[in-house]
Amino acid sequence: MSDFDPKTARAQVAIAGARGVTAGVLSDQPRKDVVRNGLFGSLLFLGIMIALAGLALLVGDNLIKGWPRLNMDLLTNGTSSLPANAGLHSAIIGTLWIMAFVILFIVPLGVGSAVFLEEFTGKESRFARAVEVNVQNLAAVPSIIYGLLGLAFIARGPLSLGFTVITASITLALLVLPVVILVSREAIRAVPPSIREGSMALGATRLQTVRRQILPAAIPGIATGIILAISRAIGETAPLIPLGAATFVTYDPSGPMSGFTAMPLVIFNWVKQPQEEFQVLAAAGIVVLLAVLIAMNSFAIWLRNRYEQRW
Amino acid sequence: MSELTEERFRERAEAPGNDAGDGTSAAAGGSISVQPDEFHHARDIGELEKVFELESLSVSYAGVPAVKEVSMDIYKNEVTALIGPSGCGKSTLIRCLNRMNDLVPTAEVTGRLLYHGEDLYGPKVDPVQVRKLIGMVFQKPNPFPKSIYENVAFGPRILGMKGDMDEIVEKALRGAALWDEVKDRLDSNAFGMSGGQQQRLCIARCIAVEPDVILMDEPCSALDPISTGKIEDLMMELKREFSIVIVTHNMQQAARVSDRTAFLMVELDATEQNRWGRIVEYDATEKIFTNPGDPRTEDYVSGKVG
Ligand SMILES: Nc1ncnc2c1ncn2[C@@H]1O[C@H](COP(=O)(O)OP(=O)(O)OP(=O)(O)O)[C@@H](O)[C@H]1O
Ligand SMILES: [Mg+2]
Repeated sequence: MSDFDPKTARAQVAIAGARGVTAGVLSDQPRKDVVRNGLFGSLLFLGIMIALAGLALLVGDNLIKGWPRLNMDLLTNGTSSLPANAGLHSAIIGTLWIMAFVILFIVPLGVGSAVFLEEFTGKESRFARAVEVNVQNLAAVPSIIYGLLGLAFIARGPLSLGFTVITASITLALLVLPVVILVSREAIRAVPPSIREGSMALGATRLQTVRRQILPAAIPGIATGIILAISRAIGETAPLIPLGAATFVTYDPSGPMSGFTAMPLVIFNWVKQPQEEFQVLAAAGIVVLLAVLIAMNSFAIWLRNRYEQRW
Repeated sequence: MSELTEERFRERAEAPGNDAGDGTSAAAGGSISVQPDEFHHARDIGELEKVFELESLSVSYAGVPAVKEVSMDIYKNEVTALIGPSGCGKSTLIRCLNRMNDLVPTAEVTGRLLYHGEDLYGPKVDPVQVRKLIGMVFQKPNPFPKSIYENVAFGPRILGMKGDMDEIVEKALRGAALWDEVKDRLDSNAFGMSGGQQQRLCIARCIAVEPDVILMDEPCSALDPISTGKIEDLMMELKREFSIVIVTHNMQQAARVSDRTAFLMVELDATEQNRWGRIVEYDATEKIFTNPGDPRTEDYVSGKVG
């Protein structure tokens, strides 16, 4: 399962390694160091290659296996117990509905929390630190736990919303909310203090400063985080399985209180089937899901590069 | 309540009979380029209206004193310079004057600071209202990541100023001697301007809200001599309308632009563990630079120390 590392420690290590290698190559150090650094660089390169090869293998394998079913019928056919008639249509509609409500939840809650923590609590505030630690921890909780939470508290229990689109949305929103908060805080923190001071020195209130200066400057970063969060939510299967009493929905989900299905759930269901035709179908579905995720992540990267503000 | 406070301050700032110094100010600031050796003859204190009265003002950060017991009066339509070695608390002091220190949670101000006779740290005073009247220009130009036009319009918009925004923006840019350079590219991003232009944009942004006082903390330290000259000329213009307080490390600049100069120095306690700033001498700029009363001032302005 994709686990988003909020502090991107791995990226930092990789960057530090790469810098070290470059510096080593450019400076006239003793031969031994150059060799050692070269070795380190090669190892890093090998690591990246293995990761990329794994991805390529996955895509390639599914592409070949699923090729016979990769056509428009896959997108327009609804759910069916006959492999020949089965498609992703209901799943796509379901995913769209679920994501619409996920966005509705995470944007105000995530950005609001980030603004509150960054701008309206002191840096030394114990409360802010406690929340920060908790948010960090929540970001690392396995997603199945959120599925169980959704089952116990949202589908049944206090909220009792049933196995509906809205239940799936709330569950997935809770799952990705920590990431949205962490990324939004980072984006807000990246706006230099001189902008805040400049605005406050003109007689702007804190709220005006946040609304008119900080948030507009931080939006590209926040948007990047939200897209990454959504793309994670689209691919998540584990938290939906406990809620997926109705994975075999034969109709298109039509609103928040309608029964739901989603792309990863349908694919999961297909993989479970004994018939070989369903395996082909699953492979084709995986290719579609991967294409959507890669497109969304690329968009997020493009957005970040396009609007990256150099202060 | 807060509106009331601002009204009251504005009345004080604009009360008739307070512009006694107009004639002198024109005489002093009339020539745009001032020779380094040409001082303004600071007017007799008796005829001047006080903008700020600092009465034994001390500031500490988390209990550690940064400046101690500063007492001085700052006068209307004058340029008042604060000079002194690094760390003597010039920025700390100037940031008290518009309550920017409120943004530092550990900062604590004691003593009294009167602004047109009203206690600026009084319980009913809203710091946001204070900053509307007392603007600030920072050491590093800090334009907003927006267009030139939006940078200037931001202040008037949030303050809900009435009138044609295009006119307000043009007036402010003209006031900051920037209009001719940017009138054809008002919609381009302010980050594309030179450092000197950015700093004048920050000045334009500040005067657009029609403040009473402009505080400048080393406004030229990041600029080349030509841009610096332009901003110094600008200050001579601006002091007809506003009162200006400037922090500078540049002795010539203090001598050229200011009417009155305060010299601060770092003081150490017996153990040499704690250090804080204290005012050594405050007088007409001409006196400070030609005939200072304290030998430490003389050493500093003549470049022997610091
Ligand atoms: N936000 C802060 N928190 C804690 N201490 C501070 C803070 N700002 C300033 N100080 C301390 O207060 C003292 C005075 O600093 P200040 O910046 O006012 O000096 P300055 O005269 O402006 O120096 P410079 O000429 O280098 O700008 C210094 O000892 C500094 O470390
Ligand atoms: Mg300073």
